Amino acid sequence: MAKVLVVTSGKGGVGKTTSTAALGAALAQMGEKVVVIDFDVGLRNLDLVMGAERRVVFDLINVVQGVAKLSQALIRDKRLENLWLLPASQTRDKDALTDEGVGKIIADLRNNFDWILCDSPAGIERGATLAMRYADEAVIVTNPEVSSVRDSDRIIGMLDSKTVKAERGERVEKHVLITRYDAARAARGEMLSIEDILEILATPLLGIIPESQDVLKASNVGSPVTLNNAASAPARAYMDAVRRLMGETVNMVVPAERKGLMNRLLRRRAA
Amino acid sequence: MLARSPGFFVGKPVVLDLSAVDLSQSAIAHLVTSLEQRNIRVLGIEGVDAAHLTTSMPPLLTGGRPTLLVQNEPKKPEAKPKSTSLLLNNPVRSGQSVVFTEGDVTVLGSVGSGAEIVAGGSIHVYGTLRGRAMAGVNGNSTARIFCQKIEAELLAIDGYFQTAEDISATLRNRPAQAWLEGNIMKITPLN
Repeated sequence: MAKVLVVTSGKGGVGKTTSTAALGAALAQMGEKVVVIDFDVGLRNLDLVMGAERRVVFDLINVVQGVAKLSQALIRDKRLENLWLLPASQTRDKDALTDEGVGKIIADLRNNFDWILCDSPAGIERGATLAMRYADEAVIVTNPEVSSVRDSDRIIGMLDSKTVKAERGERVEKHVLITRYDAARAARGEMLSIEDILEILATPLLGIIPESQDVLKASNVGSPVTLNNAASAPARAYMDAVRRLMGETVNMVVPAERKGLMNRLLRRRAA
Repeated sequence: MLARSPGFFVGKPVVLDLSAVDLSQSAIAHLVTSLEQRNIRVLGIEGVDAAHLTTSMPPLLTGGRPTLLVQNEPKKPEAKPKSTSLLLNNPVRSGQSVVFTEGDVTVLGSVGSGAEIVAGGSIHVYGTLRGRAMAGVNGNSTARIFCQKIEAELLAIDGYFQTAEDISATLRNRPAQAWLEGNIMKITPLN
């Protein structure tokens, strides 16, 4: 049974696209057949983070408008054979998306994939509402700061009212994914603590992704962080999150960076 | 009554009771046929001697008893007394607005920052109140606002309001209630 998972946040720049790529790759690494869809029409990024920007021919809008077939627009990942990408259009805008068109694409993909990950654009307008429209589950990406948490709260409210499942009286299963978390800064009170975030959002926690250079490094080379450096702290955190998505119980720990002795000595002197 | 509704017996099974009149055989035959012409079906006749009836007439019935006709009027949907309170089982999220001018609002959960509750009566929040709460909007100055943890952006009762800045920092993060004393809003801890 295919699952449609929307990765959303309300606020921009919190790590939706990075998380979609990392979660999608991690699911594929565990043997699931995965498609990631970029809903950010006009500002597409997922192709870059996935390293597929040079292979885009047709896109989501072409399929919605019937110009291309779904199979023509799907791009298979070069590293993982059961990971696919449906890119967004860069030349159009979100008004080109239609409810029926998106519904039909999702319905078609359900027949062929185990997981359908929808990378939502920021905001609460058409692109974001259509990305969440057909979701069975939602990952709400949140940074440990007040504006991000408030926007996430707003998005959770929309997931509970504007999705097909909500309109049928069912519930979209929601998970909070905290990204860019810095344990040291949280301890010093410079960031919201995990407890504060969960108290405000009243939604179960899927994982905590530590702030790390590895994330930007991976994005710059066009590789999901779970593929680029599987031993890195954020990659391990994403892998744990995916295990929880698949129903495993995994202890909630914040993976720390592994540093050499020399590194630690130098860091102390600098501080 | 019958004069006003000549179609009353049309299409209905009718039994003629002739005990009040004394009719000859031909008179009965005439009555039955003229009733048939008016589309009234006579199932049987009673209160008359069997000798007066011919085979072409409806059969004689005996032992008929008067019954009380119960009229089956469609039951009017009973007007439910309007509920005077609203109970919300889920947290009220940022951006949501709950307006209930008929009475009290109770929230089992938190009210998020940027959410708003408008009530004709009092507001009860079993969680943290981070958004706006406006009680007694219909001019009910006895309405109150209760919450388990106060971090409200704005509290208002009957139009008198206080913003987060006016709320004393010593009250923050504690159970509290707000009420009106004259035209001054008071906020006190609940314990």
